[in-house]
Amino acid sequence: MIAAVTTIAAMALIAGVILAVARQRLPAGKDDLVEQVNELLPQTQCAQCGYPGCRPYAQAVIDGSAAINLCPPGGDETIRRLARLLGRDPLPLVATMARAVAVIDEADCIGCFHCRNACPVDAIVGAPQFMHTVIADECTGCELCVAPCPVDCITMSPLS
Amino acid sequence: MSAPTVDLGMMHGGLRLPAEKQASTAAPILEIPVPGVLVVPLEQHVGAPSRPIVAIGDTVLRGQVIAAANTAVGVPVHAPSSGRVVGIEDRPVARRHGDAAPCIVIECDGKDRACTTTRHDDYLAMPPSDLLSHILEGGIVGLGGAVFPTAQKLMQAKTSEVECLILNGVECEPCISCDDMLMRENPAQVVGGARILMHALQVETCYIAVESDKPEAISRMAEALDDIDDKRIVLKQVPTIYPSGAEDQLVQMLVRREVPSGGLPTDVGCLVQNVGTAAAVHDWVVEGNPLISRVTTVTGDGIASPVNVRARFGTTAAQIIKATGGYREQPRYLVFGGPMTGKAVTTDDVPLDKSANCILALADLPSSGPTLPCIRCGDCAAVCPVQLLPQQLTWYARADDEAKLREFGLVDCIECGCCDLVCPSHIPLTAEFRRAKHRMRELADEKARAERAKRRYEARNERLAREQSERETELARQKASARAAGPDAIADILARKRGQRKDGAE
Repeated sequence: MIAAVTTIAAMALIAGVILAVARQRLPAGKDDLVEQVNELLPQTQCAQCGYPGCRPYAQAVIDGSAAINLCPPGGDETIRRLARLLGRDPLPLVATMARAVAVIDEADCIGCFHCRNACPVDAIVGAPQFMHTVIADECTGCELCVAPCPVDCITMSPLS
Repeated sequence: MSAPTVDLGMMHGGLRLPAEKQASTAAPILEIPVPGVLVVPLEQHVGAPSRPIVAIGDTVLRGQVIAAANTAVGVPVHAPSSGRVVGIEDRPVARRHGDAAPCIVIECDGKDRACTTTRHDDYLAMPPSDLLSHILEGGIVGLGGAVFPTAQKLMQAKTSEVECLILNGVECEPCISCDDMLMRENPAQVVGGARILMHALQVETCYIAVESDKPEAISRMAEALDDIDDKRIVLKQVPTIYPSGAEDQLVQMLVRREVPSGGLPTDVGCLVQNVGTAAAVHDWVVEGNPLISRVTTVTGDGIASPVNVRARFGTTAAQIIKATGGYREQPRYLVFGGPMTGKAVTTDDVPLDKSANCILALADLPSSGPTLPCIRCGDCAAVCPVQLLPQQLTWYARADDEAKLREFGLVDCIECGCCDLVCPSHIPLTAEFRRAKHRMRELADEKARAERAKRRYEARNERLAREQSERETELARQKASARAAGPDAIADILARKRGQRKDGAE
């Protein structure tokens, strides 16, 4: 009787230690909830949710500090998918955002480099004191480059 | 004599539809005169639109390249007649159902002067790879309606083990008879094209498939084959069942091998080309005429005298219909393509393009009645040539259940429309599948875009962290080297700096 209890307890302890170490050491995989939420987000990295990027927002959603309706580029579709994944109720979207790409009016660009530093996906090319331009295919339309521009030469061009 | 053989495999489902082809096959192919103005669309093929290489005001000759292929998949566009370029602008096109897309507008001079092109009567002496790139320059695309660039289809086929070329002259869709008429009037061109394609592919077998309801085309093709006496080319007669002319179904009947789900006929060693494409290849390689015109059927109950015509690309549907004798009455529907798979257009001011195998004017659509709930009769599954379950699929399509749609093989739907036709509840199944496919493509695009943005975002964060740590290391190194030099050195540096500052102040 005692031998059986001790054996089971020892096995449980060993298994527990292995699991604890694995959780510490192994990288977060697909089954990680934060990663799953991040997968559903549009990866615009626009920070409109109040967090510096999609992954930080995903983290906040899982921590419980952020609601699931803060992602404007994701729209209703993303809220629905998040609600389904997390078993929460869908909420109305806080703000809408149409898909667009940033366009730099190259004639007005003074090469100040501010927009390049603001771009979360490195979609702006150019060097200090030289004209910059947007790689349209890589632009997520986050609008983060618009505000820093001192000469207001960046406009958002909507995509159909 | 190479008699048509009937040794065939089976195709699942399909329908026997009224052919509606007698009216348009009564008269020979009518040559449409070159109009005063040609509107040539830049997007007449699968792939990105071609890039104009002429400017407004340029004089062009018939057969001159006016737009070059823009990407890896694409073909050049040639001037259909000689004249002056008067516009590069958006005009209504059939490909977009009558919405505007970029076109080159040519004001013809009426002289129809040709530019010089190279002819290759000796194509058998050409290396196949040279022949392929030559075919690409001819602007030739699949003329059955899918308009995939022929040269690129051949190049893709060369990467897998293709042993059999199939020329598709089945033309199973009602109303369309352009391939029938082409085979009746120019069988030698079709057979010539077959030999060129066989050389390009380096294959030793070629089947020419024709539907059994085209006896005249079959006998003319058989005569043409007797003339050249090439044992490698065999004429095959296939039963008149729609859609026996769909690529995968035709392969299944001719070689008794099923194209795998999501695969191509090349996966089972076959390459299918339309007979019109073969004729176009012959016309380009041997005669030096690039693809600037095609045979198309003008028919429907809204047309006064249905007939097949050969018209230059850029001639509008209105001009073609007028040349055939005009409308019987103002039709309510104009369709480019056949009644089952064609595209309705909103105006007859759209130009003929490479995909247009038929211009169909309908006085009215057959009334089908209101859509009723599905009664699970299973008729749709019985007729589906791909052996899908349309009723299951339509529920998943309505629920936007991507995983189930994938599992039940939506991607394999060929949109033939058989299920629509037999549904006793008049459910527009094909439209539902088309929408669902579009939605799935959109979702996949979105997913790919998000994935790329995520990778770039992570790469940027990594770069910022690396730069930060590099800065810190550099600072630490400078501090360490200063400290190693001893307190005197630091005092020296400080004194020098103070001196500089003082100089600057003065």
